[in-house]
Amino acid sequence: MPTIVVEVMPKAVLLDPAGKAVAGALARSGTSRFTDVRLGKRFELSFAGDADDAALSEARELAEHLLSNGVIEDVVSVHFANAKPATSTSAASTSANSTPAAL
Amino acid sequence: MRIGVVTFPGSLDDRDAQRAVRLAGADAVALWHGEHDLHGVDALILPGGFSYGDYLRCGAIASLSPIMAEIIAAANRGVPVLGICNGFQMLAEAHLLPGGLIRNNHGSFVCRDQKLRVENTSTAWTNGFAPAAEITIPLKNGEGGFIADADTIARLEGENLVAFRYLELNPNGSLNDIAGITNARGNVVGLMPHPEHAVEEGFGPDTAAAMRSGTDGLTFFTSAIAAFATSV
Repeated sequence: MPTIVVEVMPKAVLLDPAGKAVAGALARSGTSRFTDVRLGKRFELSFAGDADDAALSEARELAEHLLSNGVIEDVVSVHFANAKPATSTSAASTSANSTPAAL
Repeated sequence: MRIGVVTFPGSLDDRDAQRAVRLAGADAVALWHGEHDLHGVDALILPGGFSYGDYLRCGAIASLSPIMAEIIAAANRGVPVLGICNGFQMLAEAHLLPGGLIRNNHGSFVCRDQKLRVENTSTAWTNGFAPAAEITIPLKNGEGGFIADADTIARLEGENLVAFRYLELNPNGSLNDIAGITNARGNVVGLMPHPEHAVEEGFGPDTAAAMRSGTDGLTFFTSAIAAFATSV
């Protein structure tokens, strides 16, 4: 059964109090390497049928209008679970840009 | 006058809102999220709580519930709609009001008696207040930080759509100390603080006169009754 992964992050310009709290815990645990944490969401949408562009485009539509709120969040990636997007690493690490090629 | 109060799975303050409606002198009608029937009510309240566990985003799943389609249609007809706390989040998610609510900037849940200034006294829910009235009602939320882009904030300020502003202390990082807003027509109002918890002496915020004697919230509901009286 194909699965599409949708990743949503709080907008980079907004304060992310949850991420900040985790960053505080990291510091208290003795880690000094990682100084900043941002917390987002990952959705896994499974369905019966073909893993085609139509499914992907429906998932994108859902991601924009239901799974995220454009006022406070950005969709950073929509991709098939088994097909890692070419830009997934950079997408995850540069959510500030918020519209990687995978979208 | 009949005012409907919608109960969602996870609503907490629906009974308090119904009680506030009755104390103000109207009939409270219990409405259910899973239905499409508004039972012909003259105004609507979306109460506080944690609808659908606040999963996905606060108010997001509630904004897509069956009754919300009818509430959006009613709001667009001019029926007064008040969203309190989680209800305000629903109105934002349903795009009946602009902006969004995010986690409090300090990261903690806040529960306090909050001083506010009523900035717009021409809405269906605030017409009983004197201009720039200062009131105190309870505030209790974890995700009450109001945000919007710069253009939206400028429009809210420029068109007098900020209905309530936090005074003395900004409890959650809301932009421009915004506690609540109205639509341009003045029938849809949303705010994070809870007027329904300040409607009866003995159970409200403390005042200079006596402990727990604050009833500043009652005027929200009597305002709706007054708005209805002039509309029929």
